[in-house]
Amino acid sequence: MNLYGVRAIYNFEMARMKRTVMQSVLAPVISTCLYFVVFGSAIGSRMGDIDSISYGAYIIPGLVMLSLLMQSISNASFGIYMPKFSGTIYEVLSAPVSYVEVVLGYVGAAATKSVILGLIILATARLFVDYSVLHPIWMISFLILTSITFSLFGFIIGIWADGFEKLQIVPMMVVTPLVFLGGTFYSIDMLPEVWQTISLFNPVVYLISGFRWAFYGVSDVHVGISVGMTMVFMLGCMASIWWIFKTGYRLRS
Amino acid sequence: MQPDISVKNLSKVYEDGFQALKGINLEINRGEIFALLGPNGAGKTTLISIICGIVNLTSGEAKASGYDIRKDYRKARAAIGLVPQELNTDSFETVWNAVSFSRGLFGKSPKPTHIEKVLKDLSLWDKRNNRIMSLSGGMKRRVMIAKALSHEPQILFLDEPTAGVDVELRRDMWEMVRKLRENGTTIILTTHYIEEAEEMADRIGVIRQGEIILVEEKDRLMSKLGKKELRLQLQAKLDKLPGELTLEPIELSEDGYELIYTFDSQQQQAGVARLLRTLGDLGIEYRDLQTRESSLEEIFVGLVHE
Repeated sequence: MNLYGVRAIYNFEMARMKRTVMQSVLAPVISTCLYFVVFGSAIGSRMGDIDSISYGAYIIPGLVMLSLLMQSISNASFGIYMPKFSGTIYEVLSAPVSYVEVVLGYVGAAATKSVILGLIILATARLFVDYSVLHPIWMISFLILTSITFSLFGFIIGIWADGFEKLQIVPMMVVTPLVFLGGTFYSIDMLPEVWQTISLFNPVVYLISGFRWAFYGVSDVHVGISVGMTMVFMLGCMASIWWIFKTGYRLRS
Repeated sequence: MQPDISVKNLSKVYEDGFQALKGINLEINRGEIFALLGPNGAGKTTLISIICGIVNLTSGEAKASGYDIRKDYRKARAAIGLVPQELNTDSFETVWNAVSFSRGLFGKSPKPTHIEKVLKDLSLWDKRNNRIMSLSGGMKRRVMIAKALSHEPQILFLDEPTAGVDVELRRDMWEMVRKLRENGTTIILTTHYIEEAEEMADRIGVIRQGEIILVEEKDRLMSKLGKKELRLQLQAKLDKLPGELTLEPIELSEDGYELIYTFDSQQQQAGVARLLRTLGDLGIEYRDLQTRESSLEEIFVGLVHE
């Protein structure tokens, strides 16, 4: 195990976050705060409670998930795409590091950033909305698990992308709709039955439901299923990455 | 002695069907400077990229420092430092961080004294806290070399190291290469500047269309393939070559004032003496004479255009 190599990549990526703190921390915190102000404080006060939780508090887990998914994907995809774009990837490819170590470095750093960001957003949310966390350990576990899973997913996108546009397509065109339709702002029960069934094909439903359960003890689907689905998605990402490195897809010709 | 680089029947076919390498066999000894020459697109960079692990090989095998580049990739790659052709650097990092990053990536524990030495040797010490994007092209090239040397490699690949580099840096680089060789580092360089190979290399390999067409010690190559030329400036103009001289590989210049005689370096003076005697017999007087040896460049051009 080349631990120095993992550490070098990890530290390099963390240094990149420090350089881009405006973009990678401040921007998502501010945009999430806007949601809290608009939906939590302003509109939320006129909305009824859902599952006897105030609307402002109800949407917090979903909004944290939104930032977490978007930032995990963009951090990890940028992290691996930039060296490909600038050509510095040659060094990683010629270094005595295994693909597991490369992934540990890049994905580990991206996930770390996301977890830090999630905690900052949760802390800021407290300024606008009163909420409590029923199962703190589970909450943190979901936070970490989701960060890792979607950083892996972002890593795959970063390898697949051959232009900046593709880097943006998946977060904007796929993830954002899935999060908005995944029960961030409502309970799946509130939908007509057909849409309830369709929603169950949306993987983000399970993430948000499980995360919300950790906060308030209520969920759209059983928490075990949430954990299971997240794990399945994570294993899927790992398998794709294994295939990428085995075949050299878009990395080694 | 065990070779530091050993390549057997190495072939590479790219996805688009282009065969970049056709059964390359090559051994490079520990501690030598090996120059790989070849025209653009001959396969130099592909060969280096395969040995360094950047490109997958199609068939054959390669070893670096005795380790198979696939089975023992960690040990093989840890022994290699690579300075690629393109100037690819992380714009936002400082020189110090970028070079330290490379050392870590190659699995070596931090050693600031070594990084300091490398930066000083390459005249980068004053720039260590500068962001790489603020450096000139030549300085960036030095950073690439510093990165390659950061983990104290046994083998150093320099792919076109002096392309677009000013005279000073080129001279520094030659100096550095000599020092590294003294410490036992094996150096493989590809270059377009044949004078560079002529000046530095112990052995020379010529690659053409994915095949190694020749590997030879530089001195032997020069004497084996080199031609010598004798030029005689005549006192009086000659209208045409006298019949006695037409048997020799000899030419008369257009203005009729110069005789040019070409001969192999190996056959030495026999022909020259005979020529001069003949001229004396014919009463042709000459003011001056020069001999010159063909340069490696001429030999190279002759080889790749065969």
